[in-house]
Amino acid sequence: MNYELVIGLEVHIQPNTKSKMFCSCSADIFAAKPNSHTCPTCLGLPGALPVPNKMAIEQLIKLGFAFGCNINLNSKFDRKHYYYPDLPKGYQISQYDKPFCVGGKVVLEGGKEIRITRIHMEEDTGKLSHVENKTLVDYNRSGMPLIELVTEPDFKSLQDLDIFTRELRLILRHLNISDADMEKGQLRLEANVSVRKIGEVNLPNYKVELKNINSFKFMLKAIEFEFKRQSEILESGKTPAQETRGWNENKNETFLQRTKETADDYRYFPEPDIPPILLKQSYVDSLAKCVDDLPIIKRERLKNELGLSEHEINVFINDLGLLKHFYELIKLSEIVNAKDIAKKLVNSKESQKLSAQEFFDLLKNEKSSVITNIDELKEIIKTVITENQKAYEDFKNGNENSIQFLVGQVMKKTKGKADAGVVINIIKGLNGNSLN
Amino acid sequence: MTINDFEKKYNKEDINEYLAQVKEQDKKINSFLYLKKDLSKEIGVPIAIKDMISTKGIVTTAGSKILENYIPPYNATVIDKLERNGYFVIGKTNMDEFAMGSSTENSAYFTTKNPKDLSLVPGGSSGGSAAAVSAGFVPVSLGTDTGGSIRQPASFCGIVGFCPSYGAVSRYGVIAMASSFDQVGVFANNIKDTKAVFDTIRGKDEKDATSFDLPSEKVSESNIIKIGIPENILEGVSKEVKIAFENTVTSLKKNGIEFVQVANTNLQQALAVYYILVPSEVSSNLARFDGVKYGKRENAEDLIELYTKTRTKYLGSEPKRRTIIGTYALSAGYSDKYYKKANILRQQVKDYYTKIFESVDLIMTPTTPTTAFKIGAVQTPIELYLGDIYTTVTKLAGLPAISIPANTNDKLPVGIQFIAGHKKDLQLLQISEKIEQCLQTY
Ligand SMILES: [Zn+2]
Repeated sequence: MNYELVIGLEVHIQPNTKSKMFCSCSADIFAAKPNSHTCPTCLGLPGALPVPNKMAIEQLIKLGFAFGCNINLNSKFDRKHYYYPDLPKGYQISQYDKPFCVGGKVVLEGGKEIRITRIHMEEDTGKLSHVENKTLVDYNRSGMPLIELVTEPDFKSLQDLDIFTRELRLILRHLNISDADMEKGQLRLEANVSVRKIGEVNLPNYKVELKNINSFKFMLKAIEFEFKRQSEILESGKTPAQETRGWNENKNETFLQRTKETADDYRYFPEPDIPPILLKQSYVDSLAKCVDDLPIIKRERLKNELGLSEHEINVFINDLGLLKHFYELIKLSEIVNAKDIAKKLVNSKESQKLSAQEFFDLLKNEKSSVITNIDELKEIIKTVITENQKAYEDFKNGNENSIQFLVGQVMKKTKGKADAGVVINIIKGLNGNSLN
Repeated sequence: MTINDFEKKYNKEDINEYLAQVKEQDKKINSFLYLKKDLSKEIGVPIAIKDMISTKGIVTTAGSKILENYIPPYNATVIDKLERNGYFVIGKTNMDEFAMGSSTENSAYFTTKNPKDLSLVPGGSSGGSAAAVSAGFVPVSLGTDTGGSIRQPASFCGIVGFCPSYGAVSRYGVIAMASSFDQVGVFANNIKDTKAVFDTIRGKDEKDATSFDLPSEKVSESNIIKIGIPENILEGVSKEVKIAFENTVTSLKKNGIEFVQVANTNLQQALAVYYILVPSEVSSNLARFDGVKYGKRENAEDLIELYTKTRTKYLGSEPKRRTIIGTYALSAGYSDKYYKKANILRQQVKDYYTKIFESVDLIMTPTTPTTAFKIGAVQTPIELYLGDIYTTVTKLAGLPAISIPANTNDKLPVGIQFIAGHKKDLQLLQISEKIEQCLQTY
């Protein structure tokens, strides 16, 4: 079949904050006893009022910078109305026509560009659970901050989606915006999926919303299923219905959740309990430096400044804790170079658990255990000097770079089995060492 | 009974005797929905609280059946402030359901009577709080004012009623009717007591993002006070109101206060704007009363039936009416025509006042077009809405306004409304003290 996917994403992100979005309840709700993290505001008790959480807004703006969005200095919250027991006020505080961020894009590995429509702030709902014939509500999640990111329908393949989601998760973690743990519901994806003939430029006149799918793996499966289902409908000359569908893990197929024949009417209007949010340019500017922590920037630094391999960079970028540890070790090390540290950390899981002192001792021991004989080392150095007379002369004339070159040559000859520190000492004739 | 009178009259020992008297006398007036059973542990000045304001551990119904069994687990900020500063809550007062009404006849429980004449309404929606002060049960009480709900009953009951600038007093814990209009205010017998309570409850609250501290500059004593009267302001008012208003002008002029005529705003249009915006917010604020979390619930087979049955049975006709109007005004396709247009006109009213207050200190109008009406006399909602014509318009701009009883020979009281610029609450009260002296009402 000559069809292609057209996918737009709606991503919900639970940002890292100390408290909830509009009250002072702790945001540390994971696995907490039901309704233990609630107050009049997030329970929607009569008379309770919302006060916006500055840190949550800050997290959103950082994400805006990450995607090069326009930041609205004049923003506001709105009420979005619908009835459901997990929504205690009968409306959700969200943003309608003045979201904090609009526009922006991300360029995926391989050059594919995904445009960001908007990023806005809203509050989460509670959670229902059905026990026998009863329905229980846990409002711990009610009022938790949620960043909603909406993309244009720019995804054409599952691979695009996969790359984007990985990159998004990295951005969220590296900028400390969110832990982005899908299992904990900190990152939730909804996909608007439609299908069109290859070569067609107009967007399809329908879309199917895939919702409430809690794992990325299942989301990909659901889209794959939809591609087939919708292509077949189109092939038969019909148009798939505008509807919301979920994923049935057991049957390995999507199922209808709700038809959407008419547009929902949420009766948005400006939240009167929260004055418009006016951000100062200087304040917004102060948040812009967060882009220094973007994974793409960090990758470049690891490559250009420290000369790490592609593989090493990938390991570090995907393991923030390890990356941090790596930088700490570099700071503490005096003679061992960054590449050696990286190599060891990447290749030995055991080494990652060591303290700095233990780690350096390990590196030193491993090296000296290879070439313990100082005379053997001296002979190698002498050979290197003979072969590189010019560099040795330069070194003696005070050129520090030349010694690095000579050390490099020694390493090459010994296949890295020399201790760089000792080699330097010998060449420089320090610590009682001399070439003779 | 002023705060001073109360302190002179009652000792700590006979506080429960005082309570017994109030309880007995209120059988005629019906101002309280709830009265405490024992005051022996209470210290300070008793204050009656409109049942719109959350009181921890005390049933708070907002005059509605849907909250008949609702006991708030927390205090409104104003209650905490009062209790920390020498006041105690004696009870909760009757009101029109969710503050929608001008007579307490919309209370889901009973109608409060006007202490000046038991056949008349006390006004509303804060009718119970006004009646409790007017009847001498308490020296002071709290009400809420969305479109006149403090000033109109104060006028009907012959006492002072003060509605502060929007945001001057925290709304945290005050059940919302129309969030961008609602404001807590004070009933008292004089300006001194009004100011004492207001100073206790006002100020920025971390829990209310719309609240703020008032600037404290005073009006210089040497300044000549200039009051603006909007042109044709007495058009359509009753004879008693007209005479009281003109007498007040005469008294104040005698005391060196200057009067100038100022432009009027389109009051009919302002009322229309008010009755679009307020129901819109009502439809949103009342959505939480769905039978799921608190309050009354009807048994049902499914969710929609639960919502429908509960709200049909336990909400009164005025909350339903406004919910329907508001839902309509906010709906896709109508929101531009009604809600958004009304907001543009709201801004015009704000601009109108800003301009007027460049040249005058206060604006003076009647508080209401008539004196208190008979219980059961007003038949249609529109008639009732028209009675709020002088008080709703100030709320479109969030201005502070006070109703002070005029000096009248008639049996029935007439209130005169004085309006000040935004955040000029302290200046308004300062000038009101002078006006009070001029009128020698007390
Ligand atoms: Zn909370």
